[in-house]
Amino acid sequence: MSWFLDNVDYVRELFVRHAWISVVSTLIGFALALPVGWYANRHPRLGGVSVTGFGVLYTIPSIALFILLPGILGTGFLSVTNVIIALSVYAAAVMVRTASDAFGSVSPAVLDAATAAGFSTSQRVFRVELPLAGPVLLAGLRVVSVSTVSMLSVASLIGVSNLGSLFTDGFRRDFLTEIVIGIIGIVVLAVVLDLLLNLAGRLLMPWASAQRTAVRPGAASKIAVKARGA
Amino acid sequence: MIEYRSIGKTFADGTEAVGDFSLVLPSRTTTVLVGSSGCGKTTLLRMVNRMVDPTRGQVLIDDVDIATRNRVELRRSIGYVMQHAGLLPHRKVIDNVATVLRLNGVDRKEARDRSYAVLETVGLDASLATKYPGQLSGGQQQRVGVARGLVSDPNILLMDEPFGAVDPIVREELQAELLRLQRELDKTIVFVTHDIDEAFLLGDQVVILKKGGKVAQVGSPADILAKPADDFVRSFVGLDRGHRTLHVEDRDGVRVVVDGTGKATGVLEA
Ligand SMILES: Nc1ncnc2c1ncn2[C@@H]1O[C@H](COP(=O)(O)OP(=O)(O)OP(=O)(O)O)[C@@H](O)[C@H]1O
Ligand SMILES: [Mg+2]
Repeated sequence: MSWFLDNVDYVRELFVRHAWISVVSTLIGFALALPVGWYANRHPRLGGVSVTGFGVLYTIPSIALFILLPGILGTGFLSVTNVIIALSVYAAAVMVRTASDAFGSVSPAVLDAATAAGFSTSQRVFRVELPLAGPVLLAGLRVVSVSTVSMLSVASLIGVSNLGSLFTDGFRRDFLTEIVIGIIGIVVLAVVLDLLLNLAGRLLMPWASAQRTAVRPGAASKIAVKARGA
Repeated sequence: MIEYRSIGKTFADGTEAVGDFSLVLPSRTTTVLVGSSGCGKTTLLRMVNRMVDPTRGQVLIDDVDIATRNRVELRRSIGYVMQHAGLLPHRKVIDNVATVLRLNGVDRKEARDRSYAVLETVGLDASLATKYPGQLSGGQQQRVGVARGLVSDPNILLMDEPFGAVDPIVREELQAELLRLQRELDKTIVFVTHDIDEAFLLGDQVVILKKGGKVAQVGSPADILAKPADDFVRSFVGLDRGHRTLHVEDRDGVRVVVDGTGKATGVLEA
């Protein structure tokens, strides 16, 4: 405890760093996955291949990607860019399938009605499909957010500092307090981000909770399980 | 005026939904397409707003071939009411209605005002306006669907079994409402149903269809009852089942109308 009080600024700095790297990576991955998932849902044959392709990326061990990327990209070995790119790739790998499922969950009858009412194709995509895919997208995003926060800690092994540095350092020095504080920090961050996402969902999609029928109960948790198994 | 000229539709999978269909639908009247499931009613209806393009023939609105018109703009100019209301679940009732106006470039304030007005026209309480469709009963949703079809004051209103999903009492209410509205609004309505009673109630012109969009008979309800074209029509409208063949029996000087099954249905006035 006294170690924590002595190092509170250092822990706070790591926490903030861990937070922004995770958030940026998650958002980039999400932004990459959206169009691919949309396309995959539209064109199942070619789309299925890309969904599988992204899924395979997830099987690359993260430490391997962290080490290989600088060579491939020509970035510095300790650069945070490598880590953000690697984490974005993993986030996208999980998110593409969820995004495809999310767009698939939108009722064709509703899309048909929107078309008949005179929505143009792009108006329909942005004003109908995207919002209606929202609940399932959010469920996926919550899973990805948590997994990104935990995966980032691995990057401390290649010297990019974050809350994970507390346990690499703690292990090296055989100092339990530091390890525990690292774990607590990561759990707190994951929970806070999850709460924020949940809150954003409530604010952006008030209809989803008002609805009796739009989102089948259980759909979100099913997707979450699937993503975790990926 | 809407005109179908030798229309045919074969879907990509080879299903021939409509063989060869021609019909004129006069302006400001209600034409009802009636027939059993799968006979091509929806296909014919959706050709009017280019949700389905015919593989053969033309559809004309006021003598203009609609194949030459931009489909998005065409759809914005035509009201469409679907079987399950087809509301956007993520938009409030008022926004569902206003959206059609907004797509037509009407400003926000005016769109809201007109939407509230049309909700009142279809008999919906203003307090429902800020609810989501999922919070409404089936009948209320259906009314919102009708409101959305009417809000931009289109000349043409397409209605595809709009009252099919509600209970008989609500259906009668909605039918009466539509008749009242049509007396005021004078739209060109194309109405699809498989219920012959609904067809006779609402239609100025009734089109009885067989499989493949084949016309069994076209005419006013009275014409069809007076001169059914063939046994198919006779049976379809129920002339072979008794409840449409009425006769008068005298009971102490009062003329009681009795149907073919022997059930008394009313009293004949002078
Ligand atoms: N997109 C499509 N692709 C292939 N076949 C279709 C398609 N849409 C309709 N059909 C077929 O065309 C025929 C006519 O369908 P349509 O929907 O017009 O019938 P309907 O008279 O409206 O029937 P219902 O009363 O059941 O709504 C049916 O055999 C149907 O299976
Ligand atoms: Mg139909």
